[in-house]
Amino acid sequence: MSTPRYETYMSTDTIPLPYCPGCGHTTLVKALDQALVRLQPDPRKVVIVTDIGCIGLADRNFVTNAFHGLHGRSITYACGLKLARPELTVIALKGDGACGIGGTHLLNVARRNIGITLIVANNFNYGMTGGQHSVTTPTGGVTSTTPWGNVERPMDLCATTAAAGAAWVYRATTFDQDLPEVLARAISQPGFAMVDVWEQCQAYYAQRNKLRKSDLFGLLESCGFRLGLVADDPRPEYSARYHAAFEAGKGVLRSKPKIEPSFRAAVARQSGILIAGSAGQKIRSTATLLAEAGIACDLYATQKDDYPITVRTGHSVAEIILSPQRIDYTGIDQPDYLVALSQDGVKRTRASIASLPATSTVYTDAALDLPATAARVLRLPLAEAAQGIGKLSIGFVALGALLAESGLYPVEALAATIRAFQSDTIADASCKALAAGAELVRSTT
Amino acid sequence: MGYEFIEGNEAIARGACAAGCDFFAGYPITPASSILHYMMELTPQNGGLAIQAEDEIASMGFCLGAAMAGRKAMTATSGPGMSLYSENIGLAIMGETPLVIVNVQRQGPATGSATKGAEGDIQFTRWGTSGGLPVIALSPATVEEAYLLTYVAFNLAERYRTPVFILTSKDVGVTKERVDLEAVELPTRVERKRFAPDDDYRPHGFSRSEEVPAVADFGGDRIARYTTSTHDQSAFLTTDPKLIQAMIDHYQAKITAAAEDLALVKHDMQEGADTLCISYGITSRSTAVAVRQARAAGRKVSSLVLQTLWPVPERAILAAMDGVRRVVVPEMNMGQYLLEIERLAPAGVEVVGVCKMDTTLVSPAEILAKGGLR
Repeated sequence: MSTPRYETYMSTDTIPLPYCPGCGHTTLVKALDQALVRLQPDPRKVVIVTDIGCIGLADRNFVTNAFHGLHGRSITYACGLKLARPELTVIALKGDGACGIGGTHLLNVARRNIGITLIVANNFNYGMTGGQHSVTTPTGGVTSTTPWGNVERPMDLCATTAAAGAAWVYRATTFDQDLPEVLARAISQPGFAMVDVWEQCQAYYAQRNKLRKSDLFGLLESCGFRLGLVADDPRPEYSARYHAAFEAGKGVLRSKPKIEPSFRAAVARQSGILIAGSAGQKIRSTATLLAEAGIACDLYATQKDDYPITVRTGHSVAEIILSPQRIDYTGIDQPDYLVALSQDGVKRTRASIASLPATSTVYTDAALDLPATAARVLRLPLAEAAQGIGKLSIGFVALGALLAESGLYPVEALAATIRAFQSDTIADASCKALAAGAELVRSTT
Repeated sequence: MGYEFIEGNEAIARGACAAGCDFFAGYPITPASSILHYMMELTPQNGGLAIQAEDEIASMGFCLGAAMAGRKAMTATSGPGMSLYSENIGLAIMGETPLVIVNVQRQGPATGSATKGAEGDIQFTRWGTSGGLPVIALSPATVEEAYLLTYVAFNLAERYRTPVFILTSKDVGVTKERVDLEAVELPTRVERKRFAPDDDYRPHGFSRSEEVPAVADFGGDRIARYTTSTHDQSAFLTTDPKLIQAMIDHYQAKITAAAEDLALVKHDMQEGADTLCISYGITSRSTAVAVRQARAAGRKVSSLVLQTLWPVPERAILAAMDGVRRVVVPEMNMGQYLLEIERLAPAGVEVVGVCKMDTTLVSPAEILAKGGLR
């Protein structure tokens, strides 16, 4: 079976092109049709993506797929389609107005090299909404919003996308005889390709500024913008690179082991534990292991963390709840246990420490200044005990003391969980710290 | 068998993957960023692609394109990002695009308290885009529910060809809990209805208003059309008021006609209760404690927990209100779902909000005190 030859990709039924007499869009749309005829793609594998602007009316005239979206966002839909189905030919048509509101998409699609083709119908103003100035309006250009001439500089779309890393960039006009060929070359690029097509808006810009064909070329010269091929920097397309990076990197993925309850806890009611220290003391990961070991004792557990946006500076406070029953309310209004590991942590939890009842216990490094509290306070040389083991092990020294003294659950459960989750060398140090903490309690009581 | 200790955001990512999510686009924002992190790792393992977009507008644009090319797509953000999603949410509704949108709410307005929780986007979700058409929104209360309801959200998005919101908050999203996800019973996976080769194809074809049209994926065997502009069932622009109203009725009816199917609620009713608590999300867990304490003190109290917030599970709410004198509605906002309950409450039933938005959880003690349950 031979594949049919398409003589046109435009609809042969009665929908006429909607443009004003003399509008460059008509020329451009027909040139796009001729470009497709040269390339002969299966229309089911072509998507014309448009957004709001006069050029956005063109998609309905094609027999290809059509995706018509929000003003300035056609690049994003085109990228989504292309990323989902890299085999598709995805062509985005947008105006110069859409290049302004969607400027970031223009820069980023060029940088990423997602293999869509962008054709900009650049007529220096917003034709659909009454001829306001756009990011490409020449300096001095008269529009609805620049009645005394535009005082802004026009954006060089080609130089801008080229600087952002576009693989293939070309500037053309609707007067170019080879426009279909240029568009076909753009569509054939495996990576991102853009054609900036300069044209006349007969409704507004060309009328107000007496922009005839010869003036258009004069304008190019006066702006100092390059005509023809502006960038040609072929490199692998995004999807190919993405999937190659995944294939090369997936060996490093590893999953955490599951927790099988194999210990028994003595704790009979929901208990709230605050671990208050400094960023850099491994507070969060230490707290997670405390909770995970609780789960290994068939307890329910929750954890919330409070820390500034920076790392290794300021406070780090972890809130752990352990309970033999399902935990509903995850707030800790009054902690049963508070572990103070640094002055940053004390500062952050000062109000909480000060309002603790006599039934609560504070395990604090002996060197810290605590506010007055009704709670039982155990001052222990936690930092000193950690010194011989490793600076980062202070948290486990404290948890060794907490578990040995409170009897929440067996210290062995935490040791076993540490062995299951940490690498051998780190686990050795953590378990040593745990034992040292338990020993501190035994020697002081 | 065996437990894990994971946060709600991880459960959302894994629920999405279990549902077959194979496209994700997102932009970093606290407290939703970890969904982006998990999806960057999990999506390619699920046979798909995940991308960090240049902003929230692009995140939605990428998802809409991918979803219409046949992917199961998801994006995730927090309040400020929802503002940037707004216009494309309208497009998703109008284009009948299956899509899951996660909002891990944080305290606002504006940048607000980025790392702190609130439930301030409840009505924003319902009225989050121009045109005022209905949406579907589910609200998980636990890490396990975050997994299950995200999975369910994909099924609903596919079944109803519409964006479905997971409306959670910092206090579920980044709180770790013990879970056994393998033990969670997941319903059968739903795939969108696709056109058979011999069907009469119209991108939005329906004969009854509430009917959900089959879809032709971009790049498949049919020529697909999609448009943000007012269109007829063939996705061609129209200015005919009759055709326009028919499409609007259709978007509305396919959600409202399914309201009872969509209503996920949990009851904890007590015979002879004079008070009913209606809650959702993280606050439903404070409510559970308050209800237990009130009952222990001899009060008769019922509780209705809503997992579906939009469309409002009206029948379940009306049934639960039958016979009570007072309805207590605790929320981490200034009384948003309260408006729906006030709208539905029969004459003579007092509706009391327990409202605050100071970044802290509504506590059981506050519900007892302000809810008149002491």
